[in-house]
Amino acid sequence: MRNPLNQKISDIKPSGIRKFFDIVAEMPEAISLGVGEPDFDTPWKVRDEAIYSLERGRTFYTSNSGLKELRVAIADYLKRRYDLSYNPMSEMLMTVGGSEGIDAALRAMLDPGDEVLIPQPCYVSYEPCTILAGGVPVPINLKEENEFRLKPEELESAITDKTKVLIMPFPNNPTGAVMEEEDLKPIVDLVIKHDIFVLTDEIYSELSYTGKPHISIASFPGMKERTIYINGFSKSHAMTGWRLGYACGPEKIIAQMTKIHQFAIMCAPTTSQYAAVVAIRECDEDVKNMREEYNDRRRYLLERFKKMNIKCFEPYGAFYIFPSIAEFGMSSEEFCTRLLREKEVAVVPGTAFGDSGEGNVRISYAYSIENLKKAMDRIEEFVNELREKN
Amino acid sequence: MRERILSYIEHNSRIDIEDLAMMLGSDKITIMNELEAMEAEHVICGYPTLINWDKVGVDKVSALIEVRVTPQRGMGFDKVAERIYNYPEVDAVYLISGGYDFMVSIEGRTLREVADFVSSKLSPLDSVLSTQTNFVLKKYKDHGVIMAEQHVDEREKVSP
Repeated sequence: MRNPLNQKISDIKPSGIRKFFDIVAEMPEAISLGVGEPDFDTPWKVRDEAIYSLERGRTFYTSNSGLKELRVAIADYLKRRYDLSYNPMSEMLMTVGGSEGIDAALRAMLDPGDEVLIPQPCYVSYEPCTILAGGVPVPINLKEENEFRLKPEELESAITDKTKVLIMPFPNNPTGAVMEEEDLKPIVDLVIKHDIFVLTDEIYSELSYTGKPHISIASFPGMKERTIYINGFSKSHAMTGWRLGYACGPEKIIAQMTKIHQFAIMCAPTTSQYAAVVAIRECDEDVKNMREEYNDRRRYLLERFKKMNIKCFEPYGAFYIFPSIAEFGMSSEEFCTRLLREKEVAVVPGTAFGDSGEGNVRISYAYSIENLKKAMDRIEEFVNELREKN
Repeated sequence: MRERILSYIEHNSRIDIEDLAMMLGSDKITIMNELEAMEAEHVICGYPTLINWDKVGVDKVSALIEVRVTPQRGMGFDKVAERIYNYPEVDAVYLISGGYDFMVSIEGRTLREVADFVSSKLSPLDSVLSTQTNFVLKKYKDHGVIMAEQHVDEREKVSP
């Protein structure tokens, strides 16, 4: 029989997190701090609206771009929260989570050989999506000493004449790093100077703890026309399972993305879209409450690590902290595997998010404080035992 | 700070003070002083525990009683309320807008005990014009807590 498989997809390694997941699956009693999704329930009024839409029999396709009412509401929200102006009729596409938007944007923009700059550590999908779209992923290894922010010199040294797209994954999963206005400014200058496009994944934009409002790279002068902006409901409104996100950008690119979406997906889930109208219009208070609680947990974990004398930069975004375990002289994967086997606590090795995650582990605080406390007590025991042996 | 402390202890008065301090970016002493001050000011009025008595097998009957009264000259409703809330059987008393004046929540061991209280204590009060007793058949949610439900984390243990 002939090989039924496509070479490109066969060559892509399964996500590093998958391997770890298999070990955790054998240990049902383990406390996990390993998830990348909120622990909060979707606000009831959102769920109630979904039920109502089903009762009303709203079970058909929506237009390819998504419900008009929802797109208009999102345009309002983006203006209100981030000072972004998008025409809901021509510059926006409702997608199946932020993930689909990332995939469609890369497929719409890349020709074979085009290079995509990917600051790492980062979410696991940018690299495989780039490869599948025929592009060449070029990692930029971010540094802990810079709090995993992207520095202009790092960007500049990675740019070649083949560079087409820069991915901006901030606030960042897994590091929790953010890019503030003064961090973004020099990046914007370089992007414009070298005529590069930006794919900005701002799925964690509502979870920023700098005390200042989150700022989008798309809001800088000259950037809207060269930026695809990705966001969604998963993290901000605790709606991961609803699979609903959106992409905004120049009409020219959105039109091609809509074509891909039209043939591959048809439309984002209709029930989710109706529910999302309520989420985007009526849930600012819920979002704020979740953010405050995440922030309290973030402070709690930072303080615990400080007391343990473990090096950990202060992350100002998402719901992750990314402490350094380099002092113990083992790889991130070994540390995580031993922590799991010996203390039954699951955290994710930094290397699951790129080579520059070596020496760190991702700890999610999308858990109740009771859960975090229990896990941190065990991590403390583990760390103390390791230090005694050395 | 006060509001944040209160919002936590409102839901869990047994929260570890040291944990709370870490969460709020403060220290143990400050939080303890703040709690003491709020107790003294009667901002914090007590630390009762929410119990699902059904599960203990202890018989309890509770009722919500709508009470219509004549307010007393010069004292309004407060004097009448005091006559009612001083009974230990009475769990809560609210002055209510609408068709009646007080909502009185009471708890007893048996239906008879509650009925006796209404007929022998509450109704005979001078200012009480009428009462309507509503027995609670099932308590679904109390103080923001859903009684029957035990929260289970159904998420995958690890995800990107």
